[in-house]
Amino acid sequence: MTQAPENTAFDQSTADRAQAIIARYPQSRSALLPMLHLVQSVEGYVSQDGIRFCAGQLDLTEAEVSAVATFYTMYKRRPCGEHLVSVCTNTLCAALGGDEIYSTLKSHLGVGHEETAGEPGTPGSITLEHAECLAACDLGPVLQVNYEFYDNQTPEKALGLVKALQNGEKPAPTRGAPLTDFKQAELQLAGFFEGRDADLDGPSAAPETLRGAKIAQERGWDAPQVPSSVEFPALPEKK
Amino acid sequence: MVDPLTPVLTKRWTEPRSWTIETYERTGGYTALPKALKAHPDQLIGQCKDSGLRGRGGAGFPTGMKWGFIPQGDGKPHYLVINADEGEPGTCKDIPLMMADPHSLIEGVIITSYAIRANFAAIYVRGEVLHCIRRLNAAVREAYAKGYLGKDILGSGFDLDVVVHAGAGAYICGEETALLDSLEGRRGQPRLKPPFPATSGLYASPTVVNNVETIASVPFIVNGGSDWFREMGRDRSPGPKIYSLSGHVTNPGQYEAPMGTTLRQLLDLAGGMKDGIPLKFWTPGGSSTPLFTAEHLDVPLDFEGAAEAGSMLGTTALQIFNETVSVPWAVMKWTEFYKHESCGKCTPCREGTYWLVQILQRMVAGNGTASDIDTLLDVCDNILGRSFCALGDGAVSPITSGIKYFKDEFLALCDQNSKVLAGANA
Repeated sequence: MTQAPENTAFDQSTADRAQAIIARYPQSRSALLPMLHLVQSVEGYVSQDGIRFCAGQLDLTEAEVSAVATFYTMYKRRPCGEHLVSVCTNTLCAALGGDEIYSTLKSHLGVGHEETAGEPGTPGSITLEHAECLAACDLGPVLQVNYEFYDNQTPEKALGLVKALQNGEKPAPTRGAPLTDFKQAELQLAGFFEGRDADLDGPSAAPETLRGAKIAQERGWDAPQVPSSVEFPALPEKK
Repeated sequence: MVDPLTPVLTKRWTEPRSWTIETYERTGGYTALPKALKAHPDQLIGQCKDSGLRGRGGAGFPTGMKWGFIPQGDGKPHYLVINADEGEPGTCKDIPLMMADPHSLIEGVIITSYAIRANFAAIYVRGEVLHCIRRLNAAVREAYAKGYLGKDILGSGFDLDVVVHAGAGAYICGEETALLDSLEGRRGQPRLKPPFPATSGLYASPTVVNNVETIASVPFIVNGGSDWFREMGRDRSPGPKIYSLSGHVTNPGQYEAPMGTTLRQLLDLAGGMKDGIPLKFWTPGGSSTPLFTAEHLDVPLDFEGAAEAGSMLGTTALQIFNETVSVPWAVMKWTEFYKHESCGKCTPCREGTYWLVQILQRMVAGNGTASDIDTLLDVCDNILGRSFCALGDGAVSPITSGIKYFKDEFLALCDQNSKVLAGANA
């Protein structure tokens, strides 16, 4: 099926994108996870319409799609705010202040886990969540806005960031591209980057990341010299 | 004598715009690929076996042997799947690698795919790392534009397509069979093994699943040879390894050193414990590897060394905690994580983690009793080895090792309550 269903938020261009996702894989069902990200880029969450859209594109039942959508943390079943703020509260970040950051934001926004302050989708609305390990432990405590990293946070810094977001500002992440919003981040997760080449240039390696390599440079340490020519081993004898 | 730090994978990270194909090629990138494509695929498998490279995703399985398990001439399509679903608490090496040097992974993917005769490879990245996904996608586009991917790569007749696949937030998808189910568009739940992915993996076809750091090492092994690789590290665990130091240390970060380096040596490079507060406990390779203490500062951190000392090397994610941190609290937080991430397929893990969390929360809140410790260990005993995958085993590691080394701290939480109960019984 390549046509967009009627009377939904999903227009022909979304249907075309869905088909482009399917074309990436040897088997169509592999497209389901990126397609659910695509659905979120349109509606800001996975609605029942979104489930129906995926099912139609992939020739699956709605139950099959629902089973998948409900399994994964990143698929939101209620409309998200303009921004999604995820605070790592796994052990290490928590010990360094992550729990305090989360409780500070919770009381400032007056919401709990996966709840939205403000009318979802409107400017300055924010969905808060506590997240599991975000694989940036050397930079902890960390939080993310729309999956961009804000490293080495404190309750004060995080509160300032969230207030700025509520005022319509978009403070730059420590590592990552200039901040957009949740829906645009989801479009990129679905694999669509058109016109966003400049995003690549955002900073990546934090000073922490490079510490080992820098120390080695300073002290003249290196891996052993690579030999000038290397022979491959002979082909193993056929048994 | 090999230097204390041996930057191989991390060396290019300090280059300006390290993620671009221009930087990669200027610093020796894509020089291994033409050599590899001129060799016989079995020679590449042989070289990888000779190098002794072992999987960097946690289990340490010999990589060349894994490649060799793929049946050849079976008429089925073969697949390479990169496990970039980095999420083991403490682990933070693959994300910086892919952000700073995505082409080393892609060159490794092309060489590995050629070796196992795969024409489709997927890089399964956790969804929460958008910038990393951007960089990987851009690197794949650059590689296609240069003829390193697509049809008839460098005139070799070898074809390869690569897709970057964003996950959606599930720790369990770092388990290779759950990852394959997820990549097939299903709930990420582990499969019973055997059959192993080598014969029945993605779309029930022979599949190699390897970690990012493992495959990024491949171009360096092709260029340097197996003897060069073996100059670093120890006999059964050769090569360099990215050690990720985090927590209460002066200079946390990524330190690439020969396998078998000790925490004492690494702490020295990282400026010691933060503010001079003494070390209390640490994980050698993420939260699923049993805790170590200050007694273990001189354990050689390679697969054998960590195992002989009663833990596992895991992902060399060294989470370092000082004396200010309560062990029962840390264990409770990790257990909350495992409970959240248990996929629900196997009863011991699903139910066990659910009850473990409640007991630990009760203890940390000061409402536990000494018998709770026995209950914890009993539940752990009913999870360990009784589920499809290693998530359950990992979930009990912090608890059993925490009680092993810090039982007094658990008992201290219960002291008050034991007395009340004793009084009530009198």
